[in-house]
Amino acid sequence: MSDAVIKVEGLSKKYLLQHQRAGRSRYVSLRDVLAEKAKAFFQNRKSEIGNQNSTEEFWALKDVSFEIKRGEAVGIIGRNGAGKSTLLKILSRITKPTKGRIEIEGRLASLLEVGTGFHPELTGRENIYLNGAVLGMHRAEIRDKFDEIVAFAEVEKFLDTPVKRYSSGMYMRLAFAVAAHLDQEILIVDEVLAVGDAQFQKKCLGKMQEVSKGGRTLLFVSHNMSSVLQLTKVGILLDKGRVSYNGPTQEAVERYTAGYAGGTAVEFDVESKPRKYEGTGEARLLSLKFNRPVPIFNHNEDFQFIAKVRALVNISHLRFSMTVFTSDGIPVGSCFGPDLITIFAGDVAEVLVDLPCPHLSPGHYYCGLAIGRGDHKTGHTDYDVVMDTLHFEISPAEGDGGTVSTWTRGWGSIVFPHLNQTILPKQVTL
Amino acid sequence: MSRLVIEAEHAESAYWADLWRYRELFFFLSWRDILVRYKQTVIGILWAVIRPLLTTVVFTVIGGRLAKLPSDGLPYPVLVFAAMLPWQFFSSSLSEASNSLINNANMLSKIYFPRLIVPASAVIVSLIDFLISVVILVALMAWYHVAPTWRLAALPALTLLAFLTAFGPSLWLAALNVKYRDFRYVIPFIVQFGLYISPVMFSSSVIRDKLGATVAQLYCLNPMVGVIDGFRWAIGGQADAFLGTNLLVSGLMAGLLLLTGLNYFRATEENFADII
Repeated sequence: MSDAVIKVEGLSKKYLLQHQRAGRSRYVSLRDVLAEKAKAFFQNRKSEIGNQNSTEEFWALKDVSFEIKRGEAVGIIGRNGAGKSTLLKILSRITKPTKGRIEIEGRLASLLEVGTGFHPELTGRENIYLNGAVLGMHRAEIRDKFDEIVAFAEVEKFLDTPVKRYSSGMYMRLAFAVAAHLDQEILIVDEVLAVGDAQFQKKCLGKMQEVSKGGRTLLFVSHNMSSVLQLTKVGILLDKGRVSYNGPTQEAVERYTAGYAGGTAVEFDVESKPRKYEGTGEARLLSLKFNRPVPIFNHNEDFQFIAKVRALVNISHLRFSMTVFTSDGIPVGSCFGPDLITIFAGDVAEVLVDLPCPHLSPGHYYCGLAIGRGDHKTGHTDYDVVMDTLHFEISPAEGDGGTVSTWTRGWGSIVFPHLNQTILPKQVTL
Repeated sequence: MSRLVIEAEHAESAYWADLWRYRELFFFLSWRDILVRYKQTVIGILWAVIRPLLTTVVFTVIGGRLAKLPSDGLPYPVLVFAAMLPWQFFSSSLSEASNSLINNANMLSKIYFPRLIVPASAVIVSLIDFLISVVILVALMAWYHVAPTWRLAALPALTLLAFLTAFGPSLWLAALNVKYRDFRYVIPFIVQFGLYISPVMFSSSVIRDKLGATVAQLYCLNPMVGVIDGFRWAIGGQADAFLGTNLLVSGLMAGLLLLTGLNYFRATEENFADII
C-alpha cells in the first residue's frame, strides 16, 4: 500500500461556453436546437462564421497533477475561477474529467455545502437521517451518533419541528453537525465554515482540527487565509487551472497574496471573460479602465474607473453597482448608483464611475461589478455581472514623522474617518 | 480499504455495484418523498384515492351509460377502475419522475450518487399511491359482487410489468428534461392524451370490433394496452383470445423503452451536474 491516498495525474476539464444572443433563456430549448439543425441543413453548414450562437472551449483545469499523503491536511487556494471548485467536483465524482486520472484509497466524503438534501417540510430528526444518508453514512452509523449530533447542534427541543420553522442559525448548526460526524478516511471541505455565528464557527474549526489530528486526510478549500493557515500544513495554489505552487501552506499563502501585488494592469478586457452569474443580457460590460498608470489609489482618494458598456436594446435606466472584496475574497462593502444612464440599442457608452473616498485600509482589493436597474431597496435586475476584476491597491497613509502609518490587518478593511468623543459633565450628587 | 479510480474515458464497470452500495440512499429518498407528499394537506393520503375514483365515475357515465360500450362481462365501474389503477400509476410516475432530477438539482450538483436513484424513487412513490388504490378496487369488487378467481394471483406479476412499463419512459423523460426544459410542457400533454388513447374508458375489444384486427395489433404498441388488458383479465373479465399476443407485444415494447431509456440515461447522467 503506497503512502499516497489521493493521486491525481494530468487532470483536465473542459467546458463549452455558449455565447448566446441577448434575451435568451439560459436553458437549451428544443426549439432552438431544431431551428439550428434546420438552419445548418439548409445553409449547408456555411453559417459557421456568421453564427452568433458560437461555442468556445474553456479549460477550467489543465494538466493538474499532485499527490496527497495519508493523514495530511491540505489547503487548496487560488483566485475565483482558478479551478478550485471544478477540482473538488471531479474529486467528489459529481462531474467527470475530460482527461486524466485520479486514484483514491479509502472512503471519501465531500462537503461542498452543508445541509445538502435537507427538506424544509421534514423534522430535524428526519433530516438528520436523510442528510446522513446523502453524505454516505449507514443507518446504523447515524443511529449510533444521533445523540452526539443533536447535542453538537444544540437543537434538542426542536427535534420534531419541521426545519422550515428553524431560525437560519439553527438550520446551519444542524446541517453542520451531521457533516461534522462523518468518519470517512478522507474529507473534502469547501468553505462551509463561513456559516453561523462566531462562536459556532470556532466550534467548527475545532472539529476540523480534530479531524486532521486524528490521522484522517483533509482537503480544505477556502478564501479565508487565516483558517487555511490554521488548519493545513500543505498548500496547493491553483492559478488559471494549473498548479502554480505545491508546498508548505505558509509559502503558498504568501505567493497567493503576492500574486495580487504583482498585478499592474490598469485595463481589464471583460467582454469575453466567462461570467460566473448570468445577467439578463440587455447590456454588456466591454472593458474597465483605471485612468492612471498603476492600479494604486491613495487612502484618501476617490475610487474611480471608466467602464465601456454596449446596450443591445434601448435602455433608459441603467445604473452601476459594485462590491469591493479584499484580496482574500472577503466582501468589504457594496454600493448601487442611481438609475440614470440612457444608451440606445447598439451604442457603446463610456461611463466614469466614481466611489467617493471609501476609506479603505492599505492592502489589495478587487471588485465585482454589475450593470442593471434598481437597488437593494426597490429590488434589482442585473443585465450583466462581472466578478473578480478591477484589482487595485490602496497605498498606506503617511504617518506623522513622514513614515508610513501602521494599520494591522486585524483592524479590518475600513478606516472610519471620525471617532467623536465628548466628556460628559460630572454629575453633582447631593 | 476501498479504492476508487476516476478516469475520463472509462465505462463505469462498477455501475451496478455502486447502485447497490447506495441502496440506503435510495430507501431514504423514497421515504422522504412519501413523507413530504401529503404534508400540510387536510385529507392527506386520501388524495391518492379521490382522483382515480372521480375519473372512474365520469368515465362510467360516459362509456357505460351514454355510449353504452361493451364491458367484457364486468360491471362498468369495475372495468374502468381496473384500468384506472395501472394508468394512474403510469401517469403519475411519468410526471413525478420527469421532474425529479430538476427538483433535486441542488443535490445533483453538490454530491455524488448514482443518478438513477432519483427517478426510481419517484416511481416508487407513485407505486405507494397505487397500492392504496388497490383497496378501493377490492371494495368495488365486493360492492358489485365480482367474485375473485385464481387469476388474481397474476396481479403481482402484472404490477411488476406496469412498473417496468412506467420506468422506461420515465428515464427517457427525466434525462431529456435536464437538457431540454421543453419536456416540462410535453409531459402533461402526453399524460392527458395517453388517457384517451389507452383503453381506460373502454375495453380494448372495442378497437378490434370497430376498427379491425390490423389496427388492434398496432394498438398494442402502446405498452399500457397489455398492462390494462392484463389487469382486467386478472380481476375476472372475459378472457380475450388475443390477450397473450397483446401482452407479448406490449411487454416487448415496454422492454425496448426500458433498455433504450436506461442507455440514454447512463450516457447523459455524467453531464447532469454540468448542465442542470
